[in-house]
Amino acid sequence: MYYNVVVIGGGPAGLAAAEEAARDGAGSVLILERDRELGGILNQCIHSGFGLHYFKEQLTGPEYAQRFIDRLSGTGIDVKTDTMVLNITPDKKIYAVSSKDGYMCIEAGAIVLAMGCRERTRGAISIPGERPSGVFTAGAAQRYLNIEGYMCGKKVLILGSGDIGLIMARRMTLEGAEVKAVVELMPYSNGLKRNIAQCLNDYDIPLYLSHTVTDIRGKTRLEQAVVSEVDEHFVPIPGTETVFDVDTLLLSVGLIPENEVSKTAGVEIDRRTNGAVVSEDMMTGVEGIFACGNVLHVHDLVDFVTHEAEKAGKGAAEYIKNKGVPGGEGRVTRLLNGQFVGYTVPQKVHTERVDKFIEVLFRVKNVVNNAVVLVKAGDDVLMSTKRQQMLPAEMEKLILPKKVFDAAAGRDIEITVVKEDEAK
Amino acid sequence: MVYDVAIIGAGVIGCSLARELSRYRCSVALVEKENDVAMGTTRANSAIIHAGYDPEPGTLMAKYNVEGNRLAGDICEELDVPFRRCGSFVLAFDEGDMKTVRHLYENGLKNGVPGVRVLTAAEVKAMEPNVSDEVAGALYAPSAGIINPWEFALAMAENAVENGVKLVLNFKVSGLEKDGDVFALESESGERLEARFVVNCAGVHSDEVAGMAGDRSFSIDASKGQYYLLDKSQGGLFDHVMFQCPGPLGKGVLVSPTIHGNLIVGPDAIPGSPRDNVGTDRKGLAYVMEHAKKMTGAINFRENIRNFAGLRSQPSTGDFIVGPSEADSHFFNIAGIKSPGLSCAPAIAADVKDMLLKAGVPGEEKENVVRGRRVVRFRDLGDGEKAEVIKKDPAYGRVICRCETITEGEIVACIHSPIPPVSIDGVKRRCNAGMGRCQGGFCGPRVLEILSRELGIPPEQVMKDRAGSYVLLGKTQKGGDR
Repeated sequence: MYYNVVVIGGGPAGLAAAEEAARDGAGSVLILERDRELGGILNQCIHSGFGLHYFKEQLTGPEYAQRFIDRLSGTGIDVKTDTMVLNITPDKKIYAVSSKDGYMCIEAGAIVLAMGCRERTRGAISIPGERPSGVFTAGAAQRYLNIEGYMCGKKVLILGSGDIGLIMARRMTLEGAEVKAVVELMPYSNGLKRNIAQCLNDYDIPLYLSHTVTDIRGKTRLEQAVVSEVDEHFVPIPGTETVFDVDTLLLSVGLIPENEVSKTAGVEIDRRTNGAVVSEDMMTGVEGIFACGNVLHVHDLVDFVTHEAEKAGKGAAEYIKNKGVPGGEGRVTRLLNGQFVGYTVPQKVHTERVDKFIEVLFRVKNVVNNAVVLVKAGDDVLMSTKRQQMLPAEMEKLILPKKVFDAAAGRDIEITVVKEDEAK
Repeated sequence: MVYDVAIIGAGVIGCSLARELSRYRCSVALVEKENDVAMGTTRANSAIIHAGYDPEPGTLMAKYNVEGNRLAGDICEELDVPFRRCGSFVLAFDEGDMKTVRHLYENGLKNGVPGVRVLTAAEVKAMEPNVSDEVAGALYAPSAGIINPWEFALAMAENAVENGVKLVLNFKVSGLEKDGDVFALESESGERLEARFVVNCAGVHSDEVAGMAGDRSFSIDASKGQYYLLDKSQGGLFDHVMFQCPGPLGKGVLVSPTIHGNLIVGPDAIPGSPRDNVGTDRKGLAYVMEHAKKMTGAINFRENIRNFAGLRSQPSTGDFIVGPSEADSHFFNIAGIKSPGLSCAPAIAADVKDMLLKAGVPGEEKENVVRGRRVVRFRDLGDGEKAEVIKKDPAYGRVICRCETITEGEIVACIHSPIPPVSIDGVKRRCNAGMGRCQGGFCGPRVLEILSRELGIPPEQVMKDRAGSYVLLGKTQKGGDR
């Protein structure tokens, strides 16, 4: 079995990448999806708010996915659902299994990685205590409610103010559960502002910043969760304990790109994003293997995932049409992280392939008010732009025009954030 | 009916003994308070088959360890239980530690441990480059191994059940009466079970059970130990089990690969712990991390996927308690089975089986004893075998647990095994679904659905783990119809 482009994952990233690759003349395209249906995690995101940027209208998750699924018909893109990729090789052989097709090896001209991410668990943050039932990641709870149709809790505490946690605070409230509080370790929220307003404030659910869960009690089902305030080093402060009588604790404490399959092909992983190191066309360090969406870095909005996936799909199509990297590897400019900058995507740019501009996505590590983003090469400031407030929870976008790369003249480019008064 | 033998407690000791007895024409009941086997100490320990140099010569621990180690290898082979003789190190960091190492070496020789030797610092670093540069030398014992302890117990219990042992779950013994030569076990919920011989394998509760038979010759202290279990990204840091020199509270914090390819780090030791609480705490976990860092700086604790704690039975007598009670010659104790209890279990069971037959339990051997057990582990199959097994049963082509690559075929097979699981964690213990880095976040709902379907019970009745650990608390307003 051979396809010019094989897309691993049929969620929003994979769907958009496949469609774009086909539109750009990639030829044969195959999507491999592990679940029984296309759509990925959007299928359980039944709230609205998707598509505001991309479609300029409010859609639910399943509606957003369905638009892309509908657009597949007539494109000639093949789809295999209920199919799990076990590993891939650097020469782009994909080993996968399904009940229908058995154990198979699929050869690909190019691969787009679009496997999404997973949730951090209780173990990842070592919450001490007993091990009763009733402790769920927010996404698992969302699946029980929205896909299976079952309530997994009646009296709920939520740890972490990530967006899924906020959405589930509202969702469980609407289903009649009592959501006692959302507890956040950091001194600021990790969710979108609009979710704080619409999911917590509108339902009078308190948000405790600089607090965490320090004990879990219950022999069978969860009975109590103990919450403590933390100091500036995130260490719980003795004497600040509050006991919540709850049967459910939801964890919304971060997402991790799921790159186990990428690693089998030797794709280099950026320890800051936990995703692949990519260039401006979303190609990873392994030639002909591209990545996009939450497997590359965790996004706030699906609209941005779609946009990024289209770049990856286009990159894969160009790679097929040119029978290799267009114009060869050429000169590579690295994008370095300066003050307050947690990561950038892409991490490197093929300087000679920049046509008019490239888009850089990045996140800050701290809340920065009255900020100035500086683009530098050595001590030279090539560009600067003001931002009123920058939040770790909200992805930042920066357009780097071609002239910035010309001015850098082969030097690496650093993106750094300073406070306005420092910039003067 | 009156059983010949009732075994109280289906941990690794009870399960080993049940399997030993199942080869004879005696009727045996294996009685367990939980909803599955291997629910106590057996499922929360270091998962090591020790070589046998730790126990002082002359103790029961020394008597059973080397023989138990040998038997464990045979049983794992026969019952298809994952086990690897990877060898162990006891690391020394100063001259005091080296004294201990030489003492353990002498113990090893006296106890008949095969292949023990003392290594120089350079030899240690050559075999384990991730050990701290501070290392001064080590004891090396090639016969130590790593095992899946709950599968070890489960496999023996399954084999026992296949050979006629009656497993009675959810029976918490609350009273023991004797009428003539028959014991009557009473459960908390009022059931009764009668037997001529009783063997007390009740773990941290074994002094309570002995007390019911009028035996107050020992008491048990529960010593809690806490662990980190790290992602497979850390599993390759060490090839051997890495111990520190033992102290007064036990063998100290160890670092070891697990049979599943993860890295285990722990335990601490908290004597006088409550018997019903296996919770972890911040202080204990910090202690474990700090002591592991003495051995190596290579572990990335951000890759932790689970913390857990287990209880060890510390007997007031200082050694294992094995044999008939002075209170009643038909009441046997196998109690105080602290470390290296897992390693000793097969040898203790063989010995107690002989004692029971000598004391009058019918000892005629059965014909047609089921000996083997074979498990399909899809992930470990070769390419051709994978294709073959899916062709035979398409359910093996559907991966349910993505982190561990566990298929629906394996999950369904374990649900229809001789001891069917009734919980999501029961499935996990049998086929590893949910053991990985996402800790069942993705596969939990699907395993629940499969359990509900295969057992023919409503989804709300599927437990997370022990009885009462409900996952679902009802339907949503328009849900639950699928």
